Amino acid sequence: MEDFDRYGSSVNASQDFIQRITLIVVIIIFLSLLLVARLVYLQVAGFDHYETLSQENRVKIAPLPPVRGIIYDRHGEVLADNVPTYSLEITPERVVDLEDTLSRLQSLLGLSDDDIARFRNQRSRHKSFESVPVKLQLSEDEIAAFSVRMPFFPGVEIRARMIRVYPYGDLLGHVVGYVGRISESDMATLDPDAYSGTYHIGKSGLEKNYEALLHGVAGYEEMETNVQGRAVQVLGTTPPLAGSDLYLSLDVRLQRIAMDALGDWQGALVAMEPSSGRILALASKPAFDPNPFVYGISHKAYDALQNAPGRPLYNRAVRGLYPPGSTVKPFVSLAGLEVLGLGSEHTVFCPGYYQLPGSEHKYRDWRKGGHGTVNLGAALTQSCDVYYYDMAQRLGIDRLQSYMKRFGFGERTGVDMDGENRGLFPNQAWKMKQRKQAWYPGETLIAGIGQGYVQATPLQLARAVATLANRGRLVTPYLVDRAEGGDPALPHPAHDVSALPQIAIRPEHYRAVVDAMINVVHSQQGTAKGIAQGLEYRIAGKTGTAQVFTVGQNQDYKSMHIDEAMRDHAWFVAFAPADNPSIAVSVLIEHGGHGGSVAAPMARKVMDAYLGYTHAVP
Amino acid sequence: MPTWDIPMQFHDPDLTALQMEQGPLVRWMRRWHIDLPLLFCLLLLSGAAFVILYSASGQSLVVVGRQCMRLVLALGIMVTFAQISPRRFREFSPALYGVGVALLAAVLLMGMISKGAQRWLDLGILRFQPSELMKIATPMMVAWFLSHGALPPNFRRVLIALVVIMIPAALIARQPDLGTAVLVAASGGAVIFLAGIPWHYLLVMTGLGGALLPVLWYFMHDYQRNRILTMLNPEADPLGKGYHIIQSKIAIGSGGIYGKGWTHGTQAQLEFLPEKSTDFIFAVFAEEFGLIGCLILLLIYLLVLGRCFYIVLEAQDIYSRLLSGALTATFFVYVFVNIGMVIGILPVVGVPLPLVSYGGTSMVTLLAGFGILMSIHTHRRRMPV
Repeated sequence: MEDFDRYGSSVNASQDFIQRITLIVVIIIFLSLLLVARLVYLQVAGFDHYETLSQENRVKIAPLPPVRGIIYDRHGEVLADNVPTYSLEITPERVVDLEDTLSRLQSLLGLSDDDIARFRNQRSRHKSFESVPVKLQLSEDEIAAFSVRMPFFPGVEIRARMIRVYPYGDLLGHVVGYVGRISESDMATLDPDAYSGTYHIGKSGLEKNYEALLHGVAGYEEMETNVQGRAVQVLGTTPPLAGSDLYLSLDVRLQRIAMDALGDWQGALVAMEPSSGRILALASKPAFDPNPFVYGISHKAYDALQNAPGRPLYNRAVRGLYPPGSTVKPFVSLAGLEVLGLGSEHTVFCPGYYQLPGSEHKYRDWRKGGHGTVNLGAALTQSCDVYYYDMAQRLGIDRLQSYMKRFGFGERTGVDMDGENRGLFPNQAWKMKQRKQAWYPGETLIAGIGQGYVQATPLQLARAVATLANRGRLVTPYLVDRAEGGDPALPHPAHDVSALPQIAIRPEHYRAVVDAMINVVHSQQGTAKGIAQGLEYRIAGKTGTAQVFTVGQNQDYKSMHIDEAMRDHAWFVAFAPADNPSIAVSVLIEHGGHGGSVAAPMARKVMDAYLGYTHAVP
Repeated sequence: MPTWDIPMQFHDPDLTALQMEQGPLVRWMRRWHIDLPLLFCLLLLSGAAFVILYSASGQSLVVVGRQCMRLVLALGIMVTFAQISPRRFREFSPALYGVGVALLAAVLLMGMISKGAQRWLDLGILRFQPSELMKIATPMMVAWFLSHGALPPNFRRVLIALVVIMIPAALIARQPDLGTAVLVAASGGAVIFLAGIPWHYLLVMTGLGGALLPVLWYFMHDYQRNRILTMLNPEADPLGKGYHIIQSKIAIGSGGIYGKGWTHGTQAQLEFLPEKSTDFIFAVFAEEFGLIGCLILLLIYLLVLGRCFYIVLEAQDIYSRLLSGALTATFFVYVFVNIGMVIGILPVVGVPLPLVSYGGTSMVTLLAGFGILMSIHTHRRRMPV
């Protein structure tokens, strides 16, 4: 072996070394080309793919919540407004010790456990650098108390947000409804992009029904964000589009009069413009203040409202189902006139009861001694039951039901409010389907006086009486006249009166029924004659008494000492002025007893006010 | 004055090409044993490094300044090493190796006491990583050993050389620092390869190594296995173990041919790219300067390597040849392992991009190595032809 450690080394060994160095160089060139090939693959072939990924990495969309639409009454009074409210918010990542901060805030501002629980829930849905509200609607005192101690609460700050306010409180709780915080179940059905910056959503009333219009269109900011999602710069902005403002047909002054008229009774009052179906007032008592729901009503307070006597959250005007009682008689009268062709001079003898052929059972009249021989006018004015038993018997339940349906009985009115009940006017097929029983002839009789299976909402009766006032044009009641602004892609409410269905009523039949209804108020025999005093216009009305308790065959109703819960519901439906109707009203008072004495004066108050008369009801 | 009149003992490519024509600077460099072309290439690389480091650090002049200080220090060490003759290096090889292994053992012992990974010794004023020392000491030792016997080495001597390599490599792998262990083993292996180990030995060793891979897999830490699995399929765990490599590929790929422009790489500037100024700095470079920038950077590396190979071929004794060849090959291995990792063809091991990544330890080691190469080149005896 040669000694390589000298220069003049072996030519062979030196060549071998050079060979190996050459091999290394070849390998290096090969591996370098491999790197280059991979770079070409990534940067040329894969450029579009990775460019997209890099854009997705850096550009985030930040929502810009739209301003919720304002709700106005027909005169431009604000019924639902947005006002800045000061809320206490925490940015979790800037807080040193969150638990300590929360407990100190709890003692400083008296945060409730509900507040804390809600905060924790919200916090889990936000990133740690996003601020989360702890307490909404700080009072002046709370703002002051916190502001002076702010340096001791890093990461906690007071922020202004827009919040919904209902200036009229419980006056319109049932109509306007309320917004509340978006719940987990709401999230399931919402478009998360449209609502990502929004904290509230309509939960009831018009707020719920017109949620899409009121909400508006969310805008967004394209933000360049770093790896934590923190915004570095704004790349572009699409401004939000404020929600539509709603203009109601409702008159808040009339609403107040209606609510005041109801007083402490439990019941409902609906006032409507007959020609159009525009709702002028929609009152339900007991009422509730929607404002606490906006800030997040506590479970305790909510349960208390839910279980309060009289159930204030329950909108009796559109959901309450009551037997309409004698208020159906104008419509049954028309059925007799139009369908049977009996004529208004057809008479029936009323001995105080009615018996079906071959039956011993006596169907009582409300007047024990009977009304004697009555024609249609007398029967309607005095609300003779026997006349209508006879009428119903002649019509049969199916014909009666199909005629009543034309006035909207047993059908939803289509009002622009959530949760409307459809009521019920039975026929044979209905009973067979629902009760699996044949129809009894006696049931026809009591349906003819609006009892038994028959159920209707105060709104349905207002609509029916408005349709009568309208000479048969069946209106669709509505609260929202028009919506302005907002998303043009959404359908805005439009009301085409000419498209409404028309019920054919011959003028003499109309005259006969309306004259009788005028006599209900303006004649000495009228069941609502008590409200006629001092009237400077004429009202066409009909009282009703909805039986809550079934009186036995041989019992004397009048002599019974029944407690208030057993007392009948009182109805009054009316329109005025009788010759040229501009307002139709239905009033229901739960356990009010007789319609003429309790419900009718309330209707008059509303009519007086609407028609411009201010006479006090005696 | 025709250059071929120069007496042969003064014949040197550098002298003829540069010194005679360029005068005092080159002569001064020559006196201080500095190889001007290599220094130029290294400074070019460092310049590119500062440019990209400024961007990767979020435009921090502080970071760049600190790195600049390190470069000055490392250049000082390089020049110092260049003054030492290759004979001295050879004489000190066993001692250096011995000290290095002892320190590695000490580090490991301390690590066992403190029950955690430990790679450095705290010498009070500075932290010293013995594994870095071994990147140079190991090839020195193997070159020393093999140059003291007949070449090509016989089987017994190859085995001994392998043991010499495996001792520090195993100790480093135990730290655990697989990346450095592989690099140390590669530097030693390069010496054996250059010493003329018969080709059939190489084949057998490659075969054995392949057979041992499953065994190695068995002894690996979980995180080390994960790195390999992640390289094979980064999308399997995009937010966890695959995150580095996915973000790195996005950065590189989105750079395209021309790049997003200096300091405009969104992946890097918005911090999607992890370890962007250290191990993954090449991805920043690729994102901001594109394919063209990458090719230029690779070209600078190849320039450095080209000069180094020239020095290797000009080396006059076995020890110098083996050591310089191994150091040069290892330098490329660094580059390849880092870039290969960043572009997703090699597992993620903690190997910085030589002379570009932020950090001083590897820079000192690398420039010390280049100092040795300069020493080898500038201490040659003039060869009569």
